[in-house]
Amino acid sequence: MDYLLNGFIRAFGLLFGGDPETFSAIWTTVAVSTLSIVACLAAGIPLGFLLGHNDFRGKKALRTVVDTLLSFPTVVIGLVVYAFLSNRGPLGDLELLFTIPGIAIGQFMLGMPIVVAMTANAVESQDRRLKPTLITLGASKRQMLTATILETRYSLMLAAVAAYGRIVSEVGISMMVGGNIKWHTRTITTAIALETGKGEFDTGIALGMVLLAVAFAVNIGVSMLKRRAGQ
Amino acid sequence: MTTYERRYPVKSLKIALVCLMLTAFMAGSAFAESLMMATTTSTANTGLLDELIAPKFQKDTGIELKFVAVGTGKALKMADNCDVDIVLVHAPAAEQKYVDSGALVDRKELMYNDFVIIGPEADPAGIKGMSVVDAMQAIAKDKAEFASRGDDSGTNKKEISLWKAADMAVPDKQDWYIQTGQGMLPTITVATEKGAYTMTDRGTFIKFSANHDGNPPLKVLVEGDEVLFNQYSALAVNPEKCKKAEYKLATKFIEWMASPDVQKAIGDFRLLGKKLFIPNAK
Repeated sequence: MDYLLNGFIRAFGLLFGGDPETFSAIWTTVAVSTLSIVACLAAGIPLGFLLGHNDFRGKKALRTVVDTLLSFPTVVIGLVVYAFLSNRGPLGDLELLFTIPGIAIGQFMLGMPIVVAMTANAVESQDRRLKPTLITLGASKRQMLTATILETRYSLMLAAVAAYGRIVSEVGISMMVGGNIKWHTRTITTAIALETGKGEFDTGIALGMVLLAVAFAVNIGVSMLKRRAGQ
Repeated sequence: MTTYERRYPVKSLKIALVCLMLTAFMAGSAFAESLMMATTTSTANTGLLDELIAPKFQKDTGIELKFVAVGTGKALKMADNCDVDIVLVHAPAAEQKYVDSGALVDRKELMYNDFVIIGPEADPAGIKGMSVVDAMQAIAKDKAEFASRGDDSGTNKKEISLWKAADMAVPDKQDWYIQTGQGMLPTITVATEKGAYTMTDRGTFIKFSANHDGNPPLKVLVEGDEVLFNQYSALAVNPEKCKKAEYKLATKFIEWMASPDVQKAIGDFRLLGKKLFIPNAK
């Protein structure tokens, strides 16, 4: 039980004492998760819009596939991405193994289905009168996409928060593709795995608290954005 | 459109995110020469690389040493896949296979430490002070619980070789044989919870003792037997097989590790006041 209390005390020390290793891990975590979430949203929102907005044959089947991808285990994604990025793999020449963009590719695959599924849901469940109204107002396809996204912005923010939560907390992809290299690809979660492996449970718990603090800061940022957008 | 943009701060947000992305990419690229190494958890978890080797190597040569700490099996596989430039591992038989296949070259023995068999103080199978062969046979005969890494690491390979040395089939499905599939310290933790025996490298045991304020629930029961010595070697990835391998840097590292100055520093390295590695580069 001491672990929990000591961990809590150490978390404050690591955060406010400016421990360089912790800050390197925080920085890596923020950098890689930002890269992934931006890519997820940039690709996922338009795809989710297309999926939710249009009616076509096989739509239900496609929705089922996307929903299934929501439960893709991170170690499997990590293994697949490793196999592709390894120097023996098809994308080895890009030299992305053990780099931050490399991890981001895996996390993109993790977050993307969440964004697509939740965007599609939001678009489907919005006011049915929106589409005909936009058409009568003479909106182009592009304007329709923008207007729908703006109308569903709160649901999209929720999708972004959910995807970010899964991305920032995963360990399998970061460990396998990033390699947990100190000062380079060590994220908070791989550092927790390392400290636990070393039997340093209180440091592990302290880092867990640090991760929660980072997630808390991000969510405060999102809710502030929400308030500004709502004005 | 312009009213939308004024009302919703989409553009400024986009610019901020692009800036963040760019910095993230820059952080991913290295500025100085760097050598990529795959090594075992034992060298990383004891702090030998973090506290001694990596900083000293950078100071002496200006080359940054980056390392991934995995089991020996995976480390060798990474070298075979051309994903690293050098390995520092401890499984001579497995190393030989990769030398024979042409994946690795220039094997150099650098240092050794030793393994110990630990178990509960009550010692249900009565192995204290026995030779390794007798101890393994006693454990199997009494069906005393034994925790194994079961992860194809160098330590796991060593443990398997001990069963073979005792002229026994390697246990697998027996009820008393617990294969954790985890690192050394988690495996010792499982052994502690179950009151089981296990085999560990001495470094991890020192760490485990320190985590329990010097009074560990499991004690060293068998040690000093020659079969328990654990040889660490460095091997360079063959540049003829992997075109991108930093062979020159790898050679430099191996020579540097074998130099008298560094060998002495390895011998003087202490974990919690106890010596861990005995240098033996020839």
